[in-house]
Amino acid sequence: MSAVGLAAETWTRRHLLDVDQLSRSELEATLDLAAALRERRRAGDLGEAMRRLAGHTLGLAFYEASTRTRVSFELAARELGATVVDLSVAGSSAAKGESLVDTMRTLERTGVRTVVLRHPAAGAPYLVARTTGLRVLNAGDGAHAHPTQALLDALTLRDALGGTLRGRSIAIVGDVAHSRVARSNLHTLTRLGARVVLGGPPAWVAAFQHWPGVNVAASLHDALRGADAVMTLRVQLERAAGGGIGSLREYTRRWGLDEERMSWARARAPLLHPGPTNEGIELTAELAASERSLIGRQVSNGVAVRMAVLSLLAD
Amino acid sequence: MVGHTTARFGALTDAPATFLLAGVRVVDPANGSDAVRDLAIVDGRIAESRDLPDDIRRLDGQGLVVAPGFCDLHTHLREPGMEGAETVASGARAAAHGGFTAVCAMPNTDPALDEVARVAWVTTLGRDASARVRVTAAATQGRAGEALADFGDLAAGGAVAFSDDGAALPTARIARSALEAIGPLGLPLIEHPEDPTLASGTLMRAGPVATRLGLAGWPPSAELLVVQRDIALAEETGGRLHLTHLSTAAALDAVRRAKDRGVRVTCDVTPHHLSMSDAWVAGDRTFNWDEPGPTESEPFGEALDPLRAYDGTCRVNPPLPCREDALALIRGVADGTVDAIATDHAPHPPERTLVEFAEAAPGMIGLETALSLGLAAVEAGCLSLAGLLAAMSTRPAALIGEERSLRPGAEADLVVFDPADRWRVERDWLASLSTNTPLMGMTIPGVVRLTLANGRVTFDEGMGLLV
Repeated sequence: MSAVGLAAETWTRRHLLDVDQLSRSELEATLDLAAALRERRRAGDLGEAMRRLAGHTLGLAFYEASTRTRVSFELAARELGATVVDLSVAGSSAAKGESLVDTMRTLERTGVRTVVLRHPAAGAPYLVARTTGLRVLNAGDGAHAHPTQALLDALTLRDALGGTLRGRSIAIVGDVAHSRVARSNLHTLTRLGARVVLGGPPAWVAAFQHWPGVNVAASLHDALRGADAVMTLRVQLERAAGGGIGSLREYTRRWGLDEERMSWARARAPLLHPGPTNEGIELTAELAASERSLIGRQVSNGVAVRMAVLSLLAD
Repeated sequence: MVGHTTARFGALTDAPATFLLAGVRVVDPANGSDAVRDLAIVDGRIAESRDLPDDIRRLDGQGLVVAPGFCDLHTHLREPGMEGAETVASGARAAAHGGFTAVCAMPNTDPALDEVARVAWVTTLGRDASARVRVTAAATQGRAGEALADFGDLAAGGAVAFSDDGAALPTARIARSALEAIGPLGLPLIEHPEDPTLASGTLMRAGPVATRLGLAGWPPSAELLVVQRDIALAEETGGRLHLTHLSTAAALDAVRRAKDRGVRVTCDVTPHHLSMSDAWVAGDRTFNWDEPGPTESEPFGEALDPLRAYDGTCRVNPPLPCREDALALIRGVADGTVDAIATDHAPHPPERTLVEFAEAAPGMIGLETALSLGLAAVEAGCLSLAGLLAAMSTRPAALIGEERSLRPGAEADLVVFDPADRWRVERDWLASLSTNTPLMGMTIPGVVRLTLANGRVTFDEGMGLLV
């Protein structure tokens, strides 16, 4: 524990807008701290960390539905001693048409110092960061970024792949184009030294072919071949129609994952999914519940990663 | 830099000006001249130096350039309906500050300028403004894209062009009808070339930056398809077609080929599509003739600038182009394929731009920064000064039947500017009621010192003619 220490250096930055802000060593240090906090929390021994955010008020502003992210941010903040207020958007002035900037300025005036923002518009956290004094934690903005999800995915993968992602090959299958999870994962995985192969219908993956360290595969077989781990993304059902694929059935036949197809990847290659899953579409229920599946581990790592990020942000 | 506290605005109804500007660089695209000499104005007209009153006021023109007054083919004055963003009076002051002596007000007001009385009302508001306010009337009733407006009445009532700007005419059939109907009038149909079935829901130009930002990408085919459609219709009907704010090399090529065939088609580009690229949405602030900024160099690499990324003022229709297309547009200005630089001055109040990028009202102000962006291109060697000034003055003016000349006897309609001076774009410097431009806070070249329209001083920055 002393190698990492729970009182790790804080970042010089006040916001976490995307993982693109973090260098490789900062990413590694964040994951190390998350792993340490995970062990301490499991042991019921957070010690000093319990007061890291004492006297600090954190607001949850979720303009889109969320279970995993919202609950784990709330738990993480409470574990660190913060007071948490939940801006229930449906019952707030935002529902009366108040602008995002005005709502956030109001939140700031009430004494909230950090906001965890989930918003359907790409870039919304950047707007809040530049127009208010709040510290902004991006909990997902449109199709742009979901930095804490990418960090928890990296921690999950690092644990499963022997402690490092350097030289590993990770396949990401599905609707990358509309996925904030995939975009943030591309930043972290390539920074941590992994190669990424994308698989999916052209409208969902082709635009990423020039991302350094990323290859686009022509078939699921090509995408999975040699993969050390596989991540599949949620097919956003509301978006599928007219969004570059034919029917869901066609998608599942060409790109859906099952145990048999997973055999194209390396032996025992783990499977990740950011959730919530559409079982029977992007993966089978059997695969989701199989030994390969790290979906449960991803969720449980979410709290530790968010505790780490909350600890590291500068005041 | 000069201070802006000395700026004064005059009106078209003021007394005609009389003064002599000594040793000024006179650039007149009307006759291709470019020489340092004295320029005299007597009772609002350009005078021969031998006919001057003895007591004429002499101003030092050293280092300054005088050119014919600018003409903007694409201006949103927002009156009636959105007077919080701009009015005829404030927009005309912004025009005068930018060296424009005439602006063509677009009809997408509320209500739309689709009737003679409404055209007349805006024209009346402009009578004592700081620039000539010409009106482009709606092409269809209520800009609904269904029934044609009464072109003959509107032309008789002063309309200089017709447009449903904000959108192209929605079907080939109505576009064909419009071109056919305006043919005998000789006035242009101004088309905003964008296919809504491709463009709707998009937020910026498709490409690596859009991919990085997770913003739905606008494909260049959205512009090209309407350009090709309308060129075919203009060719078939003989109607005059003007394509506004072209943003792609492909569309410009289509116009070039159509012109070669003799089709009656003209086009304009905006200063922002010439100077800014799609990387501005990610926070880059380098012009297309400068070294690429961080996002453009490595679209998937550097962290986004939290202070500039997703700035709603960078949202514009058509979206800011990739650099290659912008450079092709600049070459189009230089070789004359592009007939005019038009601003698409689109004022919006802060509550429409200080919002999520997807919620931002598209468009930026442009009247007061157009010359400066053009001069930056001239400084970079992409355009000649004479080419820039022709694309802002004589060439657009000719498209609406106005003349521009600095020859003796002509009514003084001109701009005097200092190309070497620079200014910082700030609220206090802008005459527009709105400030929606990503140039806010940036320092750009070219300070307008004097604008004369109809022989009257409409803008004076420290020259002492208006006190």
